[in-house]
Amino acid sequence: MLSQESLQQIDREIAKYPPDQKQSAVMAALRIAQVEKGWLANETIEFVAAYLDMPAIAVYEIASFYNMYDLEPVGRHKITVCTNLPCALSGGVHAAEYLKEKLGIGFNETTPDGKFTLKEGECMGACGDAPVLLHNNHRMCSWMTREKIDQLLAELDGK
Amino acid sequence: MSTQGMILAGCDGDRTWRLQDYLARGGYSALKKIVAERIPQDTIIAELKASVLRGRGGAGFPTGLKWSFMPRSFPGDKYLACNSDEGEPGTFKDRDILRYNPHSVIEGMAIAAYAMGAARGYNYIHGEIFEIYQRFEEALEEARAAKLIGQNILGSDFSFELFAHHGYGAYICGEETALLESIEGKKGQPRFKPPFPASYGLYGKPTTINNTETFASVPFIMNMGGESFLNLGKPNNGGMKLFSVSGHVNRPGNYEIPLGTPFAELLEMAGGVRGGRKLKAVIPGGSSAPVLPADIMMGCTMDYDSISKAGSMLGSGAVIVMDETTCMVKALERLSYFYFEESCGQCTPCREGTGWLYRVVHRIEHGLGRQDDLDLLNSVTGNIMGRTICALGDAASMPVQSFVKHFGDEFMYHIENKKCLVSPEAQYAGSNIYVSPSC
Amino acid sequence: MLEIEIDGKQVSVQDGSTVMDAANQAGVYIPHFCYHKKLSIAANCRMCLVQVEKAPKPLPACATPVTAGMKVWTHSEAAVKAQKGVMEFLLINHPLDCPICDQGGECQLQDLAVGYGGAASRYQEEKRVVFNKNLGPLVSTDMTRCINCTRCVRFTAEIAGEMELGQAFRGEHAEIMPFIEKTVDSELSGNIIDLCPVGALTSKPFRFSARTWEMSRRRSVSPHDSLGANLIVQTKHDVVKRVLPLENEEVNECWLSDKDRFSYEGLESEERLTTPMIKQDGEWKAVDWQSALEFTANGLLDVSREHGPAAIGALGSPHATVEELYLLQKLVRGLGSGNVDFRLRQADFRADANPTGAPWLGMKIAEVGELNRLLVVGSFLRKDNPLLAQRVRQAAKRGLHVSVVGPTADEWLLPVRHRALVAPSALVGTLGQIVVALAAAKGVAIDERLAGALPTEVSAEARAIAGSLDSGRKVAVWLGNLAAQDQRAAELRLLANEIARLTDGTVGVIGEAANSVGGYLAGALPSADGLNARRMIEEPRKAYVLLGAEPDLDFADPAATVAALGGARLVVALSAFTSASLREVADVLLPVAPFAETSGTFVNTEGRAQSFVAVARPLGETRPAWKVLRVLGNLLQLSGFDYSDSEAVRADALPAEPAAYLSNRVEGVALSAAQDLPVGVLERVADVPIHFADPLARRADALRRTRDAAAPQARISPATLAALGLAGGERVRLVQGSAGAELTVVADERLAEGCVRVAAAHPDSATLGALSGAISVERI
Ligand SMILES: Cc1cc2nc3c(=O)[nH]c(=O)nc-3n(C[C@H](O)[C@H](O)[C@H](O)COP(=O)(O)O)c2cc1C
Ligand code: SF4
Ligand code: FES
Repeated sequence: MLSQESLQQIDREIAKYPPDQKQSAVMAALRIAQVEKGWLANETIEFVAAYLDMPAIAVYEIASFYNMYDLEPVGRHKITVCTNLPCALSGGVHAAEYLKEKLGIGFNETTPDGKFTLKEGECMGACGDAPVLLHNNHRMCSWMTREKIDQLLAELDGK
Repeated sequence: MSTQGMILAGCDGDRTWRLQDYLARGGYSALKKIVAERIPQDTIIAELKASVLRGRGGAGFPTGLKWSFMPRSFPGDKYLACNSDEGEPGTFKDRDILRYNPHSVIEGMAIAAYAMGAARGYNYIHGEIFEIYQRFEEALEEARAAKLIGQNILGSDFSFELFAHHGYGAYICGEETALLESIEGKKGQPRFKPPFPASYGLYGKPTTINNTETFASVPFIMNMGGESFLNLGKPNNGGMKLFSVSGHVNRPGNYEIPLGTPFAELLEMAGGVRGGRKLKAVIPGGSSAPVLPADIMMGCTMDYDSISKAGSMLGSGAVIVMDETTCMVKALERLSYFYFEESCGQCTPCREGTGWLYRVVHRIEHGLGRQDDLDLLNSVTGNIMGRTICALGDAASMPVQSFVKHFGDEFMYHIENKKCLVSPEAQYAGSNIYVSPSC
Repeated sequence: MLEIEIDGKQVSVQDGSTVMDAANQAGVYIPHFCYHKKLSIAANCRMCLVQVEKAPKPLPACATPVTAGMKVWTHSEAAVKAQKGVMEFLLINHPLDCPICDQGGECQLQDLAVGYGGAASRYQEEKRVVFNKNLGPLVSTDMTRCINCTRCVRFTAEIAGEMELGQAFRGEHAEIMPFIEKTVDSELSGNIIDLCPVGALTSKPFRFSARTWEMSRRRSVSPHDSLGANLIVQTKHDVVKRVLPLENEEVNECWLSDKDRFSYEGLESEERLTTPMIKQDGEWKAVDWQSALEFTANGLLDVSREHGPAAIGALGSPHATVEELYLLQKLVRGLGSGNVDFRLRQADFRADANPTGAPWLGMKIAEVGELNRLLVVGSFLRKDNPLLAQRVRQAAKRGLHVSVVGPTADEWLLPVRHRALVAPSALVGTLGQIVVALAAAKGVAIDERLAGALPTEVSAEARAIAGSLDSGRKVAVWLGNLAAQDQRAAELRLLANEIARLTDGTVGVIGEAANSVGGYLAGALPSADGLNARRMIEEPRKAYVLLGAEPDLDFADPAATVAALGGARLVVALSAFTSASLREVADVLLPVAPFAETSGTFVNTEGRAQSFVAVARPLGETRPAWKVLRVLGNLLQLSGFDYSDSEAVRADALPAEPAAYLSNRVEGVALSAAQDLPVGVLERVADVPIHFADPLARRADALRRTRDAAAPQARISPATLAALGLAGGERVRLVQGSAGAELTVVADERLAEGCVRVAAAHPDSATLGALSGAISVERI
């Protein structure tokens, strides 16, 4: 279900916690699974649950509680823009509007070619760098002016 | 990069975060000394008490006192947790500490572990800053290789295992017991207290939780002595503090300055209000802190007592600056949406109340306000505050109450005229963003 | 103890109590939703906010520990203001359509809203809508009504032992749900209906069939397992509409198993026998009672005259009442026969030679919580006695170590520390090993009656179990249904006694039915010269009187039973139901009342006699069995059948002090030499599926649609399967002598090697023979 490499990564996470607390690695395991699979399908959640000896619904609780897990398929590039107040004061909403315009989609939508998904995010702890956005959960892009958004989209479009 | 300050002093951006750089800045000397000289735990805690270091995570609780709550004779496992789940809108200081000086946090945690007899610790890192999490993992590897953490630290019989735990997008995990639940592999839903973490924390064991900046301050206090640290700031407000300045300023960013510095000075450091416009309002301590109008704010110094006297909170030290082009209704709408989105859903007043607040503010912003809406907002916040398991309910209520209190006229204007008091053109000129079809 | 003051009343409470505990003790009611005394504290509904002296904020009574000298006001202005505030929040997203809600009239939210809700809603935004979930055939959902108290979630995780529900998503989007597409399959699932304080979770079979105030409520006792759960049965126009738990902390606490709760549907089964019937020339004819009873009496007298009274045998169900079983045995003995028994699935009767008393749990049910070591031998504990299993589960959380010996390793949802997974033929040997290991560890001699016949080698598992028991403070050894039905049951009991002796513990026999103990006390046992249940089948009689039992489903050897009864001249069946097998073997069918329509007594596994009265009028021509037996006695001109009511029968039937008649000792039974089955011979393991254990349960519609009611398969361990050259999924023919059945095989890792597990008491396997012993598997 998951690649050997992902399982090794999960095992490394499990080792961080006391031996009887495997469940502590569930967040990391879901993250690793999501990186491999693109999103968290029910089978993936069940697999993680079995791997960590947890009830499937307990894992589903986690996957649905934390914002960055995707319970539905997303485009190859998920772009999450912070529009919270501090960012908004410095152009966060504007950056989001520009992205919507360029990609031709709204929040929680995916471009027809399956390349881009746009999401509205909450505070990323980087308000000084506003506008900020997150690419595929793990890469933060700061000071996203129109030019930098153009650059980013051009870069990602090629991938 | 930063030459002034304490934690960020001598750091040069992404170039000097490694162990060798930290050692060159005198890093780990406090830990080495403590371990080599077997300094008694009580001495360390006494030093911390003398420093009057107050928790940098928001509540400002005296750290020395918190450490003294840990049952030091408890025979079983004890834990430390570092709160790097920085998600309070406006706050972005812990990210910079981890990014530019991760070893100060590691050293601070190791000293804390020594002082409280904890054998294991976790640093809970905010979900959206994965690159920082990876860097912290690297820093941990460096420290482990140098025997600064792990088994038998520096050849002594003191051992402390430290790991990073990565969040994945839930503001509530900044609340300390939600953070513990999250490390335990559950939803981040806060626990009812008592029992407090010092007696029933991670995995049910005694646990101390401190903010990243709090831990990062510890080595400096140990090196300079509690007294000197206190004197950096002002009485009851020891030391220096990082302020994250965001919003309508020319140079947003982190400024590490002595507590007690006048707000005007901080504003100047940040380049002043953008475009030379007039200051309208400031949220001085992160989005949960009550907003203060410009005139009140300009009279404050940046420390716990002064801000509290002015009717707000120093909180996490996140200073959100708003100029005259800001529509306060729209600003509050966005903040209310945030708390509505981030409520964990556990207890009734917060689960149901945050949505109610957001919808009412949203209505007002969109020209559907009613005459008695402000009374309603005050009454609903009154029914949330102090009735919830954790302080998110209060955090969601304080902005509403303070916005309505200080900018009630602007809200009434919205209700009566179904449009913004600040013209859309002015808003557009100010921030480029505050234009939506309804307004 | 701490002294505190609540609403001006002084109360002295235990250290560690909460304000809620103290209020309960003082008789002060604090409104609440999430709090439940049997569940962990969630403190999430905030309804129980109270004012506490010196506290700056109102505090939740359910979660706030009391401190010495604390002063609490539960109804002060500040407290009520807080409570009303919470109530308003609970109602803003709750549909206010009580008239169409199934919970209407018995809803905690509705009740409290009357006292705490505002007159008009200040919330004028759109209300939340939550999609319903399919939780299975028993529990219906209306999730928009859910107030997220999480009682149901905590119940599944904490009491039922498996988290089958969760609260997914967060904030206002939080939703109670099972994992996508899963149902709630616990055998205790119905309790979430009671726990849900609103109409979000309601009973599917009951749904919209009556309003609570239209029904009458009567107490009763569950007629199923040996626990004897106390019931409240609700009826409307003499039809049972719903069954709820009657709280009894010493028996069922506040819980019911789904069988206790939903079996009432069987009362309405199309197979209910509603009029007496006689078979004439192979045709069934409805007749009046008079004719049926005369036919019966004459038939019995004829057989007795022609073949002697010993040609008559009586077989009563262990689910029959004390009164019924007592009169049954009195009737046969009055006719001069000693052939009567109620232990229909038992195979080994050697212990009868020197009777010591009725086998029982050996302790009070409530004392299970005090055990710290338990060995369970040959049991399907969780399905045979769900609430006893639940007690063990809770005890395990407090440090009880459970060890298990048996051929199956079913999931009991509680930690099993040590397990010896052995075939039935190895049960005696394994207990013997435990005895040997214990005696060695203790340096004590083994009872000389056993010493010679014990094994010399001790397996690692047996040693581990012995070690666990040896370290115990309060130890029990329980024999489950499989052990009681085993061919060497008496030896197992003998060894259990020895283990108990060596560990200073107690022996318990869990018992399979509501009246497994009561049947003994009522004397429904063969006379010294009489035949027991097994011999009555092995040595066929000319006439049988059956009471509440079905020949192909309720006996130790269904095939042999059907054959023996089929060959008899007269079979009289007192039964609430007809069935194909009854119509085939019987000559007279007498419709007798099931538990809900009669009065009677069950004695549960702890020896507690619990009487109940009818909650509904008997259906059609049905009559209480005790009355039918009384009239038969009169017709037969037997003396001592002049009872005016069932209490009078009970007075004769039950000893005043039943406790004195309980015993698990065995006398005069020796260990037989270890006899392994020949290589290559497979052994049958037969469980009785939870919802098929008795005629009533097996006719309850919704129960038959649960996962627990899945059709039996031939389960075989993977290694044995491989040795047989079979693969899972193949159809096979199972053969026991001349009996057989066709089933599908499944690989089962949780089964001892060399065994074939085929459930009994199910139509698909009813043509098979004995529940234990040799069985062979043939590919079709
Ligand atoms: C809703 C909520 C969010 C919080 N978020 C954070 C946070 O992001 N970082 C933090 O350090 N403390 C946060 N806190 C405060 C913590 O609960 C806790 O007081 C703090 O981590 C203690 O550390 P300190 O004493 O060093 O400040 C939050 C509290 C609440 C109620
Ligand atoms: S379904 Fe009922 S029991 Fe479960 S959380 Fe909702 S209100 Fe509570
Ligand atoms: S009953 Fe106390 S918070 Fe729900």
